[in-house]
Amino acid sequence: MADLTTDFLGIKSPNPFWLASAPPTDKEYNVRRAFEAGWGGVVWKTLGAEGPPVVNVNGPRYGVIHGADRRVLGLNNIELITDRPLEVNLEEITRVKKDYPNHAVIVSIMVPCEEQAWKDILPKVEATGADGIELNFGCPHGMSERGMGAAVGQVPEYIEMVTRWCKQYYSKPVIVKLTPNITDVRLPAAAAKRGGADAVSLINTINSIVSVDLDSMSPEPSINGKGTHGGYCGPAVKPIAMSMVSEISRAPATAGLPISGIGGVTTWRDAAEFITLGCGNVQVCTAAMTYGFKVVQEMISGLSQWMDEKGYINIQDFMGAAIPNTTDWQYLDLNYVAKAKINQDDCISCGRCFAACEDTSHQAIAMSADRKFSVIDAECVACNLCVEVCPVEDCITMVAQPAGSVDPRTGKTVVDDYANWTTHPNNPGAVAAE
Amino acid sequence: MTSPMTPGIAAERLSNKALAKNFADLHRSLEPHEVRVAADRCYFCHDAPCVTACPTDIDIPLFIRQISTGTSEAAAKTIFDMNILGGMCARVCPTEELCEQACVREVSEGKAVEIGRLQRHATDTLMAKNTHPFSRAAFTGKTVAVVGAGPAGLSCAHRLAMQGIDVTVFDARPKAGGLNEYGIAAYKSTNDFAAKEVDWLLSIGGIAIENNKELGRDLTLDDLSADFDAVFLSVGLGGVNALGIPGHEGTGVTDAVGFIETLRQSSDLASLPIGRNVVVIGGGMTAVDAAVQSKLLGAEQVTIAYRRGREAMSASRYEQDLAASHGVKLMFNVQPNKVEAEGENTVLELEYTAMKDGKLTGTGETLSIAADQVFAAIGQTLATDGGLTLEGRKIAVTGAGRTSREGVWAGGDCASGGDDLTVTAVAEGRDAAMDIHATLMGGAN
Repeated sequence: MADLTTDFLGIKSPNPFWLASAPPTDKEYNVRRAFEAGWGGVVWKTLGAEGPPVVNVNGPRYGVIHGADRRVLGLNNIELITDRPLEVNLEEITRVKKDYPNHAVIVSIMVPCEEQAWKDILPKVEATGADGIELNFGCPHGMSERGMGAAVGQVPEYIEMVTRWCKQYYSKPVIVKLTPNITDVRLPAAAAKRGGADAVSLINTINSIVSVDLDSMSPEPSINGKGTHGGYCGPAVKPIAMSMVSEISRAPATAGLPISGIGGVTTWRDAAEFITLGCGNVQVCTAAMTYGFKVVQEMISGLSQWMDEKGYINIQDFMGAAIPNTTDWQYLDLNYVAKAKINQDDCISCGRCFAACEDTSHQAIAMSADRKFSVIDAECVACNLCVEVCPVEDCITMVAQPAGSVDPRTGKTVVDDYANWTTHPNNPGAVAAE
Repeated sequence: MTSPMTPGIAAERLSNKALAKNFADLHRSLEPHEVRVAADRCYFCHDAPCVTACPTDIDIPLFIRQISTGTSEAAAKTIFDMNILGGMCARVCPTEELCEQACVREVSEGKAVEIGRLQRHATDTLMAKNTHPFSRAAFTGKTVAVVGAGPAGLSCAHRLAMQGIDVTVFDARPKAGGLNEYGIAAYKSTNDFAAKEVDWLLSIGGIAIENNKELGRDLTLDDLSADFDAVFLSVGLGGVNALGIPGHEGTGVTDAVGFIETLRQSSDLASLPIGRNVVVIGGGMTAVDAAVQSKLLGAEQVTIAYRRGREAMSASRYEQDLAASHGVKLMFNVQPNKVEAEGENTVLELEYTAMKDGKLTGTGETLSIAADQVFAAIGQTLATDGGLTLEGRKIAVTGAGRTSREGVWAGGDCASGGDDLTVTAVAEGRDAAMDIHATLMGGAN
């Protein structure tokens, strides 16, 4: 039986599924119920500085991209950090941590980019007994206009500076939450590391406008006729998040830096994928906001079943397992040749592969009068579009061509030897193989 | 008050409330969310098999995609472009044997995209707005007579009107619509849909309807040919085959077509007399429509007796199941021998059949069943041929409905070729209209 317990920066939790800093973790009531439902940890909704709390809009905060059956594919929000008094949150965090010593309780913080502000709040957070802090350098809306959140996360020097303050005035692990609204995520990650961060978490939400009301001409969610960009999350952002995670895992400056993976984790499989790219755990929000806390039960049972099937004893067994296979384009094997193959028994003759290939790709699929579809190997570049548009899973597959066979498209014999762009004769900057 | 158990033939077997429920819409309209889910199932196939299977060649993947993006009116336009009676066809088409049978999801999963119901959603949406999506071209100076205001005639008239041709549609009956109005089970065309659809279709303008004008009685082909630039015959099959068995002249033996017509035109279903024991002879859609509606009127026992096996039945399996689900008993390989009075009861003697030397013959083995009322649904015949060449028992046509007489086209059930379906009639009327237009304008030879 797989052991799902995790030790992230010395913080133990019964499983790698944490609730991300967001509405689900805004108060004691929710967090207690989340732990009872099975969540391994929470990152408490971001606390601001002492004083009058922020205010939220009194209109809609969320917008969604739906699938046809109202499946939530992407969620956008314009909610700010907690709008409850600091003292109330601190008291609740204290009580919850006391009652749940074996669950992870992390406190998310966002205060102005001034040393005194951090110096003020950190001892109070430390006093709660929480297991660590997460610095919210990612929130892309509202708070960033006030010089916080993503406004800090977009300046590596600020990240390093604030992280250093936190390490100075706080004794437990410091996690830096990164914004994806930046061109190269490796720079803020490296800055966090230089500042002494124990880990990074990513991604925060992505700048987004999910829809425009074509009657009122207002972006949505619309507040009395006006809208603003929000932060995008949910299943749609997972590919972006995983790419950023992989870059941090692979970059020499940040390799080995613990990562808490965030971005569209909806099922156990999503979590497993993030972990293979180097994450020590994952944080979830949209899935919980869509389906409720109970969804974690599927994540736990699914991950456990898959680990058992694969013979993995614990999370470490496959953590980072996909990093060695994540490389740059220039190192991909240009001698590898595949061809699409259509399984005629599975084909339902919809013709989508034909339309896609004929109209938009390489004219490599033939259609007969009786609607049989077949691949023209002499044209097929193995682009995979037919595989992906085919409604029948595994009906079309990419078949590696064996060494010694001739690729009818190029007339060249397929060879086993690995060769990439760096040595390719067409590359002006090619270096001769040694 | 009578009941299903009342002997003989009687009215008011069921309450008005029960009758209203029984004759309500067979398929309720899809709700908006159901529409989106149903539309999302369409794969937008290339050169889609469903389109090939549709006699009117409606671009089904396109109209479903238009629905899925919230433009059901545009979807309806796509449908009406090819089939101006798309509203009725959405209700009466045997989609299970046409588009939905060809749907790749039917082939792969046994669950086709609900094309018929989606089409109904689209057409209902547009028609509810009381707008007409087509306008007339400038008047060409040409006039065409259409004889028969059924699906073929209306389709032809509309397409001619679009082309700028003035059309006069003559119909033998008091109302236009043909079988849409007088045939077809009532639960497939509720709320007077057939009549409303005719009004909507005519709103394009340029089409005059003259009712109670029957070819052979009030009209001659010679007069029509003289008065109009072209004639389109869509007179349907006005005659019915008689049962022709001993006793068939007796009380209780009638044709199913007349029964259905009376039912469709009735405003008081409870007043319609129906037998306690009803037997319908035949194996087509008319047989099923008559049998199911007999049951819905309150008949206690309803039987469809068909002389061949189930596989030969022209009513689709869906229709057979519909009948069975309403409690209609399906009997195969039996033919009627005679109807006899036995005391107060009427009894129908059936004889089993078998194929012998490639010919269907009675085996000599008989059985008798109670039959207070017998409906013959054994086919309809051409009532008047206007002196045109026939092919089999229908008006012979070539190409887009050209008859043996120059300037006279024909389509729908009266013409040779094609299935006797509403949708086929619509296609034939439309195509004949285009050919008539091309011919009159000198664009075709």
